[in-house]
Amino acid sequence: MNALAARRRHPAAIFLLLLLGLILTGGAYAALAPKPAIAAEASAGQVKEGQELFKTNCATCHGANALGTNVGPNLAGVGAAAVDFQMGTGRMPMAEPGVQAPRGKEVQFSEEQIAAIGAFVASLAPGPAVPAEEYTTGAGGDPGKGGEIFRTNCSMCHNSAGAGGALTRGKYAPKLTGVEGKHIYEALLTGPQSMPVFNDDNISPESKNDLIAYLKAMEAEGNPGGMALGSLGPVPEGLVAWVFGLGVLVGAAYWLGQKGA
Amino acid sequence: MSSDTDATPRGGSTAYGADDFAAEESSATAVRLDDGHHVVGDGALPAHFENPGLPPHVERMADTSEKAAKRAERQVAGLFTLSILGTILFLVAYFAFDTAHRSWVPGLGNVSTTNLLFGIGLGLALLGIGLGAVHWAKTLMPDAEVVEERHPLRSSDAAREDFVGIMRDGGEKAQLFRRPLIKATLGGALGLFSLPLLVQLVGSLGPLPKNHLSLTMWNGEPDGHGGYTPYDKRPRLVTDPEAMPIKAEHVTIGSVYHVLPEGLLTNEELGVEGLEHGQLEEKGKAVVLLLRLDPKDFKPTERGQKALSWGYQGIVAYSKICTHVGCPVGLYERTTHHLLCPCHQSTFDVTDDCHVIFGPAKRPLPQLKIDVDDEGYLIAAEPFHEAVGPSFWERG
Repeated sequence: MNALAARRRHPAAIFLLLLLGLILTGGAYAALAPKPAIAAEASAGQVKEGQELFKTNCATCHGANALGTNVGPNLAGVGAAAVDFQMGTGRMPMAEPGVQAPRGKEVQFSEEQIAAIGAFVASLAPGPAVPAEEYTTGAGGDPGKGGEIFRTNCSMCHNSAGAGGALTRGKYAPKLTGVEGKHIYEALLTGPQSMPVFNDDNISPESKNDLIAYLKAMEAEGNPGGMALGSLGPVPEGLVAWVFGLGVLVGAAYWLGQKGA
Repeated sequence: MSSDTDATPRGGSTAYGADDFAAEESSATAVRLDDGHHVVGDGALPAHFENPGLPPHVERMADTSEKAAKRAERQVAGLFTLSILGTILFLVAYFAFDTAHRSWVPGLGNVSTTNLLFGIGLGLALLGIGLGAVHWAKTLMPDAEVVEERHPLRSSDAAREDFVGIMRDGGEKAQLFRRPLIKATLGGALGLFSLPLLVQLVGSLGPLPKNHLSLTMWNGEPDGHGGYTPYDKRPRLVTDPEAMPIKAEHVTIGSVYHVLPEGLLTNEELGVEGLEHGQLEEKGKAVVLLLRLDPKDFKPTERGQKALSWGYQGIVAYSKICTHVGCPVGLYERTTHHLLCPCHQSTFDVTDDCHVIFGPAKRPLPQLKIDVDDEGYLIAAEPFHEAVGPSFWERG
């Protein structure tokens, strides 16, 4: 203690003290500051692998540095969640250019490969990470509240039964049946294609879980009324009523008016 | 059908020689109505058409053959039995299955068993009665053609004169013509009696709407009679349905918030009490869509820059009620910044102050001028400057 006290006026003491202070504040900030929810810390190797995969599979449209070209958007800042949604549902890589990437019949990459590309894209600029499983399965969610949120925020495009609907110029809102909860969460978070963003401040993770619970409950419930005609509303229902319903009535009237048996 | 061949041949089916045509051509000077058609006689219309009478009656199978009649009887009885079975199916299904019971049907998927069996049962029950009755009528009930002559409805002149005479006589005896005071007051009493009925009808149409359609809950606190008491402090924007106030920094670019004025919905977490009455009516006028665009995306036009200046750093708020017929305009395409109405496809360009670029709407969506309070929450700086929603009679 004496030795320390004797040297307290040493010219280097002030620098040492400053250094100590900085290390302490920095350390405390790193330990206490709210962290973005990154499920798994990406390793340098994963980013490298992702970059290689990106160059061979995605760079044609999104550019070698993922900064976008005329045919594909800039990916800086979209985050790993966007990559997981687009590739995990088979939308990317897109088979052909079009107004909208349709849902793929099969996912073309393994989960590890998608995670690697996600890590690479996330390394370009901070963006939403793949959500933790806690809120993506709908387990323990309140379907009633989820339904309220769905009808306010989602049903205008995705249809009140989640059957999807048309937008302008060939674009459309896809149906929500048969979609993994994780992908629903990611779509809300990143706003793929024409869809607006519903971040965690707008619809909280708990509410997103309720929403997923509602969609899953609707799917499990089935349709007690019989043929739903795609749940698309008045157009197919009207078509069936006019063509088949009136057809049968016209046939019956003809039979009634016919002479003889 | 055999009736066609049995029918007496009339005009059209009679054969005429080529001479008839030759004679016709030479005498004709102007184009006639029957030019190019099969000409009967000299081609002129006859003075009157003969009544062709009824076509000859055709006997049915069941009229001539007892075997066919028996078969028809069995068919009708079969259809009625089908109806009986349908009713029994309905009754059995009603008691046998719980309403929650589901069964899988090919082509329909998972359906409610009771709904399905009720439908089939009632369908068979009614269809069996209907088809059986018609088949019965067509095969076994008498089908001889009968003519019923139509007679004029007018009474004979003598009866009409008699009636007038009785009325006049009654008037005379009641001294109606001799005492005009009675006549006038009776007329007045009967005429005035229509007024209570009319006044009641018009009076029951309710109070005039005043300017309730022009104001919303963004103007002030509802006073319960359709009016609004101005706020002391401008109201915050809160989310629908969770009634949470919105911080400007949380509205990221590309976000859409469905927004209501604070105080409409209850938020237990924050201790905010919602409206007790008329919640839906207020919501129907006050719903707002909050969007954030990159400020660079707004058009450099006067409209686009006004929209940007009424917002906050690219956050803009617009009424969600379509100016066409009032559907909620909720379909926002993030990439094109177009807002679509689902009912009639009216399309509004958010970068150009929600100017209509397609569809039947005639006016842009009214913009709500927003700002931020000292805690960073979004507030409505001013109420709407015009009435929201579709046009109405007194719209200023």
